[in-house]
Amino acid sequence: MSTGGGIPRQGRPWLGWLGQGLLVALLALAAWWLVQHALAELRARGAQAGFDIFDDPAGFQIGEGWLAGESTQALWRAFLAGVLNTVRVALPAIVLTSIVGTLIGVGRLSRNPLARGLSTAYVETIRNVPMLVQLLMAYFALTHLLPDAMEPLRLAPGWYLSKGGLAFPWPVFEAGQAWPRLDLPEAGRFNVSGGAAITPEYLAVLLALSLYTASFVAEIVRAGIESVPAGQVAASRALGFSGWQQLRFVVLPQALRAIVPSMGNQYLNLAKNSSLGVAVGYPELVSVTHTALNQTGRAFECIAVMMAVYLLLSLLIAAAVNGWNVRVARWSR
Amino acid sequence: MTAAARHGRPSVISTAFANPTQAVLTLVLAALLAWAASSLWSWAVTHAVWHADAAACDALGGRGACWGVVPEKLRAMLFGRYPPAQQWRAGTATAALLALVGLSAWPRCWRVAVLAPLWLVGLPLVLVLLGGGMAGLQVVPTRDWGGLPLTLLLTIAGLLAAFPLAVLLALARRSSWPAARTLSRIYVELVRGVPLISVLFMASFLLPLLLPASWQADVLLRVFIALALFVAAYLSEVIRGGLQSVPQGQLAAARALGLSRWQQQRLVVLPQALRAVLPSIVNVAIGVLKDTSLVTVVSLYDLTGALQLALGGDPVWRPYYLEGYLFVALVYWAMCFGLSRYGRWMERHWR
Repeated sequence: MSTGGGIPRQGRPWLGWLGQGLLVALLALAAWWLVQHALAELRARGAQAGFDIFDDPAGFQIGEGWLAGESTQALWRAFLAGVLNTVRVALPAIVLTSIVGTLIGVGRLSRNPLARGLSTAYVETIRNVPMLVQLLMAYFALTHLLPDAMEPLRLAPGWYLSKGGLAFPWPVFEAGQAWPRLDLPEAGRFNVSGGAAITPEYLAVLLALSLYTASFVAEIVRAGIESVPAGQVAASRALGFSGWQQLRFVVLPQALRAIVPSMGNQYLNLAKNSSLGVAVGYPELVSVTHTALNQTGRAFECIAVMMAVYLLLSLLIAAAVNGWNVRVARWSR
Repeated sequence: MTAAARHGRPSVISTAFANPTQAVLTLVLAALLAWAASSLWSWAVTHAVWHADAAACDALGGRGACWGVVPEKLRAMLFGRYPPAQQWRAGTATAALLALVGLSAWPRCWRVAVLAPLWLVGLPLVLVLLGGGMAGLQVVPTRDWGGLPLTLLLTIAGLLAAFPLAVLLALARRSSWPAARTLSRIYVELVRGVPLISVLFMASFLLPLLLPASWQADVLLRVFIALALFVAAYLSEVIRGGLQSVPQGQLAAARALGLSRWQQQRLVVLPQALRAVLPSIVNVAIGVLKDTSLVTVVSLYDLTGALQLALGGDPVWRPYYLEGYLFVALVYWAMCFGLSRYGRWMERHWR
């Protein structure tokens, strides 16, 4: 039944059209029945349907993020805050995971046996434990094992780590000044004030996402670098290229061609795995949808919006990676 | 020929200290490793408490691990809310499932005449063991099933149910009917673009609204259906790769021998396609095993959720969550690492 070239079609063509027509008709009938039935059920329960629920007040507050707000804000704003929180954790996680994953992937190919062993141990350990377990462990460590906000850990001047989160310096624009002033957090009597802060929930999701995906990225980078034929490296060495020049002009361009598509897949997985934030209370999209669902009871509308947003995010990331892939594969055979 | 190739493999020490940069790197890494390993050893072994003694654990004050939480809460962690008097059934069911998987992994058993009766008898037996209601066994509702048996059951049953659907989707994607191709593609892209949690939410919140009140399936059945539909999309992509790898000549030869279209697929193409992608199927199985941990979010207490049940409501043992998580992580790690080793063995010996 494959559409391969060269092999003539088998069977009667009109049977194919009849079959397809039947298939589409059957599916359409099933879908129509399902929708009719759902509407009847909703009417029987007295529940309303319709997307106008998104203009009503949310009834719950969003605790953190770029669009954090009170419970009186509209539901669509709460959903937007959730989407922004997803992006807010996914983007830095993508950067972090690429850096850490590349380092570990290169470490697995290192001549140094200790570096090789440690990288292999990292990949084999992190890859075989579910991300949810790692996330819950990280969250427990950040909320129970760190000191209180009254006596935070001082990592560096202006960087304080405690149960309340991580506080760090942040530029603050003041009226009449051309350049922003760096606002340093100070450890006060009860908590750390000043600067910017990120919550332990955000930190837990960011760390768990980055470190988990980094183990897969490491394998992808390793496979990509190994896919470059050894003759290429030998030829470049014969031409007098230094180690760094070999890497930059010969190995990396060819390795990237094998790495980029799989990397894109991992970025997509990362964006979808950010949905695990619901397990620790980070208000990203799934968490907001869950709360909204319980508050308003409009399961269909909330879930439809959430799935549409995730599909859109997946399409965007896939398109971006495709663009990168086209650049990288420009001169491939 | 280099010196190394002439004299055999160089020793580990000579590569670690081959030149100044390598030597410095080795020393720095060794120092870091020594520091981390010694603090880990002192926490996990030297100062640790090994028996279930809450007072001794409190006296530790965080300097050592309280491994006593594992024997104390073992049955709650492994079996969740399953009634304690009936937990022998859950344990037997777990052993039966592991035995089924072990036998199916043994190449000597790779014959339909062996595998089909094994699973057709084994799986319903496990379900009866867990659910009860027959042979004088007390009924245990599915919302009380939990822990390791639930994880294994969801993984195995999910994969088994997803397989036929995945084969159908893969064949449809490569068929000459445009309608089948498009529908299959839409389904796979749709399901792969959303996270598993959203599919589980759909199953537990949306499905009850869509189905009539008389059809209300319990949570486990809904989650199982959602998981099977989700896994089918990923599995179908793997099988599609396998179908692509079978040479065209096989199909032509099968047709020349007079086999019908379904016979061509069943007897010639599919066996070769599946054998070619067995390692990738094992990878999907590892992913499914890890993904079953997400059912915690829809109130099914699998291995991860059972831990929260066991420790969350117990103020005496609650501070020792980390040791509990490490134990659960070890169980998952053992299963996934075993599966990945099996996949690698299969890749080497069954290509």
